[in-house]
Amino acid sequence: MRRFLSGNEAVARGAYEAGVKLAVGYPGTPSTEILETLAEEYRSIYSEWSPNEKVAFEVGIGASLGGARALVTMKHVGLNVAADPFMTFAYTGVNGGFVLISADDPEMHSSQNEQDNRFYAKFAQIPFLEPSDSQESKDFVLKAFEISEKFDTPVMLRMTTRISHSKGIIEENEPVKIESVGFKRDMQKYVMIPANAKKRHLIVTQRLEKLQQYSEETELNVIENNGSKIGIISGGIAYQYAKDNLPDADYLKIGFGFPLPIEKIRKFVSSHQKVLVIEELEPYYEEIIHAAGIKIEGKKYFSRLGELSPYKVALGLKEAGLLDKTAGAQIAPAELFPRPPILCPGCPHRGAYMALKKLGVAVTGDIGCYTLGVLPPLEYLDTCICMGASIGNAIGMEKVGGYQKGVVAVIGDSTFLHSGITGLLDAVYNKSNITVIILDNRVTAMTGGQQHPATGYTLMGETTKRVNFIELAKALGVESVHEVDPYDYQGLIKTIEGEINREGPSVIITNRPCVLMPKRIGDRPYRVIAEDCNGCSACFRIGCPAIASSKELTEHNRPKAIIDPVLCTGCSLCAQVCQPEAIVPTGEPVKVK
Amino acid sequence: MENETTNILIVGVGGQGVLLASELLSETAMRAGYNIKKSEVHGMSQRGGVVTSHIKFGKKVYSPIIPYGEVDILISFEQAEALRAVDWLKKDGVVVTAKTRLVPPIATGGKFHYPDDPIADLKKKVKKVIAVDAEQIALELGDIRLVNTILLGGISTDLEFDHKLWEEAIRVRVKPKFVDVNLKAFARGQELAVAIKKAMA
Repeated sequence: MRRFLSGNEAVARGAYEAGVKLAVGYPGTPSTEILETLAEEYRSIYSEWSPNEKVAFEVGIGASLGGARALVTMKHVGLNVAADPFMTFAYTGVNGGFVLISADDPEMHSSQNEQDNRFYAKFAQIPFLEPSDSQESKDFVLKAFEISEKFDTPVMLRMTTRISHSKGIIEENEPVKIESVGFKRDMQKYVMIPANAKKRHLIVTQRLEKLQQYSEETELNVIENNGSKIGIISGGIAYQYAKDNLPDADYLKIGFGFPLPIEKIRKFVSSHQKVLVIEELEPYYEEIIHAAGIKIEGKKYFSRLGELSPYKVALGLKEAGLLDKTAGAQIAPAELFPRPPILCPGCPHRGAYMALKKLGVAVTGDIGCYTLGVLPPLEYLDTCICMGASIGNAIGMEKVGGYQKGVVAVIGDSTFLHSGITGLLDAVYNKSNITVIILDNRVTAMTGGQQHPATGYTLMGETTKRVNFIELAKALGVESVHEVDPYDYQGLIKTIEGEINREGPSVIITNRPCVLMPKRIGDRPYRVIAEDCNGCSACFRIGCPAIASSKELTEHNRPKAIIDPVLCTGCSLCAQVCQPEAIVPTGEPVKVK
Repeated sequence: MENETTNILIVGVGGQGVLLASELLSETAMRAGYNIKKSEVHGMSQRGGVVTSHIKFGKKVYSPIIPYGEVDILISFEQAEALRAVDWLKKDGVVVTAKTRLVPPIATGGKFHYPDDPIADLKKKVKKVIAVDAEQIALELGDIRLVNTILLGGISTDLEFDHKLWEEAIRVRVKPKFVDVNLKAFARGQELAVAIKKAMA
């Protein structure tokens, strides 16, 4: 059957067709939809969200050693978290096939960096495959499991945002029949004490030689001969951009990216007048090819920053003298206002930022929707490094007396469970004076609303135990733990102020759910009594998309505010900062307090 | 050329239904036997931000992204967004835009300015501009979310897909209880586009 699927949906289909028994990961753009699709469409596969990528990777290892095919998914920076088991699993090798999906985010559509994870495969000396469309996303999953079992190695399938989120037509097949082989005790292989690891390291290098041979022979690295003097070496989405511009050149399309087929490349280069390497992000192929003494050009013409595009590739080809005119016109961006991402109307994070700004403290931040607090008009966030970093950052800053007004860490519920708990433990253990605000909106919001250990549901929709943040913080030794309503502006200020002036670490937990959760707040929307509005713009400065300026002006020529009743959720924060009390709930024109 | 494609760009603001529109269009093109790819990016950048969906179909499609200046049809759910994307259009390309105006808080503060009349600006740049009060029609039909189907009805007059295929796509992709009203919305968009084109000719 033909279906129109995204790269991520195709990976899920591939896992199903490959007879995967267990799939595990942590949500992260652009990888999230793989497990969501599995949990929704392919219920015969056990799938779960782990609290973080390291645990997910370790669960995957367990399944592989237990004799079943296992799929592990994460975004590129997730592999940093899972790097520890990743590097050593390369030594032990697998039992059931093991495929890691690393979904990279060139252009940083939703990430803090754009690291190129192809280097991770080389670092761990394991093979990686890279698809260039949805059909290949599916096919390569099956291929990756074959390679994993044939060569006794974990295999990485490297996706990028453009492949994960673009859609194309794929042909579905029936699942293969795979029997789970069960766990076979083998301490020399799986117990990595130095004596065993030394032997395994040798096996890794021997395996690499076999993989090198495979790379030369596999149809994953295919030559397209069109009788051209021009040769292009490319893979992934960059291959498609090259084909858009030069459909008739000769290609060496790389689908198996480590180890590279060096002899195939040498022959391809020697039989063409000019060969260009076109790859997104870092000069990964280029460096390896250069090191083998083969003459090619690449990053000289194509940027290593951000995503490539048909247009950027056209510009590079033109500069290299391979294209007379660029495809398409010059970029002529219309000079218009921006639409920066913004916290939703009624977002419970808004109140926390309003209060922190009022108090003037330093705010160490973390990864989630609340990172948007850095953007105008709230503009009140001082750091964002990686998942869980806020608490450690705050401890260090406070220890050196870096900010006299106090240091507050803000971290979301899912991020806290991912890697904030150990940070909080450090704050207690080392007697830090920081305040940690857990912005608990009861869902992994930024990635679209995934379950986690404090939501009460699993990925597959079963009810389960819920972590209690208050009990958890107390168990770690935090003596001062508060739960607050983030829609209560004055209450928030009072609680935070009390805690920053207190000795020892404290935890404040906000208790309103994400407004995009299925069950909306559903309070009555608010409205502006135009005659009472004095145009002070206090409500504009809280950055709510439901509030706009009216065409009506005050006597001092300042625009009055209006509220879009469709967007407003009734959180009331704007009413709480409105001095003339001109903002009231609809249908009830009474003053609110 | 073998890899010549029809290129459609759909733009709007997060939450307006751009993605469903691009799904319906893709489904129809697939049913018409074309090879098709589409691309959009979700995630952080879409929280209240601009949403764009690239759709390319033809005999052979390589990348899912349309080059600048190669868009045949631009569909916009918001008038200023049509203006933002208009430079992607081919010389003889068509714009179909909703008259919807969404002014973000950042353009109400004085630093940035929302254009007074984006549709007039569009008409200075492009010959074929079809501006539809899709919100009004959607409200008449009883659901603001019908804007996307109305716009699809509008552009259907520029594509050669059989009406039956559009209908099938709507039946497959839309929840059963909303199928009839979506078919009505599609027909309204179609009628309106025909009338506007007649007036322009």
